[in-house]
This record gives sequence, structure tokens and C-alpha cells, in this order.
Amino acid sequence: MRKSAITVEAAAALVFDGARVMIGGFLGVGSPDRLIDALVARGARALTIIGNDTAYPNVGVGRLIEAGCVARVEVSHIGTNPTTQRLMSAGAIDMELIPQGTLAERIRAGGAGLGGVLTPTGVGTVVAQGKQVIEIDGANFLIEKPLRADFALLRAHEADYYGNLTYRLTAANFNPVMAFAADCVIVEANEIVPVGVIPPDAVRTPGVLVTHIVGRAR
Amino acid sequence: MDAKEIIARRVALELRDGMLVNLGIGLPTLVARFIPQGMSVAMQSENGLIGFSAPPPDGMENRDLIDAGGGFIMSLPGAASFDSATSFALIRGGHVDMAVLGALQIDAAGHLASWMIPGKFTPGMGGAMDLVAGAKRVIIAMQHVAKGEPKIVETLTLPPTAARRVSLIVTELAVIEPTDEGLALRERAPGVSVADIVASTGARLIVPEVTPEMPLCRD
Repeated sequence: MRKSAITVEAAAALVFDGARVMIGGFLGVGSPDRLIDALVARGARALTIIGNDTAYPNVGVGRLIEAGCVARVEVSHIGTNPTTQRLMSAGAIDMELIPQGTLAERIRAGGAGLGGVLTPTGVGTVVAQGKQVIEIDGANFLIEKPLRADFALLRAHEADYYGNLTYRLTAANFNPVMAFAADCVIVEANEIVPVGVIPPDAVRTPGVLVTHIVGRAR
Repeated sequence: MDAKEIIARRVALELRDGMLVNLGIGLPTLVARFIPQGMSVAMQSENGLIGFSAPPPDGMENRDLIDAGGGFIMSLPGAASFDSATSFALIRGGHVDMAVLGALQIDAAGHLASWMIPGKFTPGMGGAMDLVAGAKRVIIAMQHVAKGEPKIVETLTLPPTAARRVSLIVTELAVIEPTDEGLALRERAPGVSVADIVASTGARLIVPEVTPEMPLCRD
């Protein structure tokens, strides 16, 4: 149960080139900035990034984009990052655009052992192309498949040494669902606290889901 | 009063006490300025918060507290924060009473296009497809024409945001309601004639015998 903290460099070394990587955050808020910097420093390549957006140039996931670490993104929005748009237009980055609520539920399904989700979102749009539509009680739903990744890189507010996590305000966003949906879950927390400090009712991600926590900044 | 204020003021008249409301990025955000004193309207931000207000004073920003457009906000007493799956369960599950969104195009059936211009601009849909699929009412707040071209067209030339039609279209010229019969003209802005509206609209409008003037504040 108890985990020892690893360095961000050690964490970045685990994330192999070509990996599928979920990264928490919404326009950079709630993104694991130190882990992202360590991936850039390590010169990671050909990553597939799954997350809400690519933030701004040189903010959050945008720093991985700028540094050429990314081959593909599976996101809901790239409107705030002209670099992503330029690289996509030039064919240097593959992209799947996913409606934000569908993205959240596909990740949830991937982490919850579900075979997918049925959603009305995207019916009658390009999102439905190549997907099965099912009618239930007179309404149409798309079958959306689960999403999983090799790694989830999360930002928490507090972590204890069991990996129990809390989040703050809008920095939670995709982090709690991603904690379920990757083979290796690495957490960067604002604070690392002794076991027992986080009351059970305050834990939003149970520690059993977390593989590694990264130590404090030196 | 400029076009955006006319639109925001008129959309604000659709607010009712106790509503949960989601305002899209850009023009729709202005609606929050015209919530009447004493009316209790809960605002949702799709990135995981109900209950927020205007930007904080300089130096009081909380780096963990932004709206869906990335701007700093303040949480109000009684606010609730949650993750993205919960936020979109609220949206898709019909718990949001009213969503106000911008538009690139609306067609004669009330279908919305709002998320991409092929070959030019692909910001992505973000939460818009979920909002149109799931909010109880979807109100479009947009300028009537863009670069001289009507935004209300017979058939969409841009990719649609949803199969569901929107509930109401509010522009600086008119209020238009998509119905089974087509686009019904409901109101005209002060000083705007029905002929002006028809000339600026690229789809057939169902025009009543008398088109009332758009109110811009409550009685």
C-alpha cells in the first residue's frame, strides 16, 4: 500500500517514447507541470496525448507540443493553441476531436471495466462517422468505445503515501477519471502529507489506483 | 447600446429564478451582466464548478479557479466543484436548464454549426455538442450577419454541432424560434423593420401579421 516518492526524472524515464499518455488539466489548470517539464527535458517523442485540450503554447500540454514530443492528440478542443492547429494542418500531428463529455465518459468506461457508453452527443454529426447508432426507447445513441492509456499523469492538491488524493476547485477536471484508466498512474501533488491526514470522506481518488507519487520539488 | 449588449440583454430576459445556466465562451458570457437584482441563477462552468461570479480583483486570482474560457473567476458561497465526468452528467442528463451558445451558422430547421470551418479553423467542439444534446433549452446568442453574410441559412454549409434543433435564436435584429413549420420570427429589435430582418436572413422566415418589438429589460 505504502509508496515511496520517486523523482520527476525517474517518472519521466518510465514514460516510453510512443506511449499513450493521459494528462489531467483544463487549459493548463490541474496539469502536472513538473512531470511535463521532465518529459520535455528527457526529449520524449511520438507520444499520444489524451486530455481535454492542448492549453496554450508553452503552458501545460502545450509545452509538450512546442517541444515536439507529441505525434497524436485525442482531445476536445485545440482552439487556444495555434501551434497545435498549425502542426495538425501540416500533418505533423494526428488528431481525434472528441466531445468533452464523451471524452470524460470514454475514459470513465475504460477505467470502470465497461465495454463503452451510449451517448446522444454527436448523433447526426461527423463524430458519428463509422460508429454504430442504437435506438433505445425511440431515441438515438452513439456507441462510444472505452479509452485507456499506458500512463496517466495527474495533478492533485494533496497526496498521502498510500496515494490517496484530493483536488482543488476546477483543478480536478479530468484527473479523477484518468486515475482509473491507465496501466501506470503517476501523481504530482501540491502537498505530500502523512497517511491519515486526509480524512476518508475527503479522498477523491483512492490510493490503490496510484502507481507512483513524485517527490517535492527540490 | 451596441449589438452585443442588445443580444445579452434580450437573452437575460429568458432567465428564471432558480435556473442552472451554462454560458458559452465569448458573447454568451455577457449575459451574466444582466441577471436582475434579487434573481437567483446558478452558473455552471463546464470545467467543474457551479456558483461563480466575476473575475477577481488583480492579485486575488486563484490559479486553480478558472472558467471554461480560461479566465480567472471567484467561487460564491455555496459553490460546488466536481470532476469533468460529473460536470457532463449534469449537462447531458438534462440538469442544466438553459445553455447560451454562440454560432457560426443556423439552418432553416434550427440546426447549429459552431465548431469548425473546414480548411480554415478547427478549434474543436469542446463541450458544445454535449450542451446542445443535453441542456433543457439551448439559446443561441449571435450577431445576425458575419462579414455581410447571413448566419441564418437555408442549409448548413458547415459541419453541424448536433442533430437536435436549438430552442431560440437571439440576434441584435430579431428573436427567432425554430418550430416544426420553420423559423418563426417572434420579435424585432427597436428601430429594426421586418424587411431589414428578412433581408439579413438567408432562410425563409415565418413572419406574423404583427411582429412585436424586442424588450430589453423587465417590466
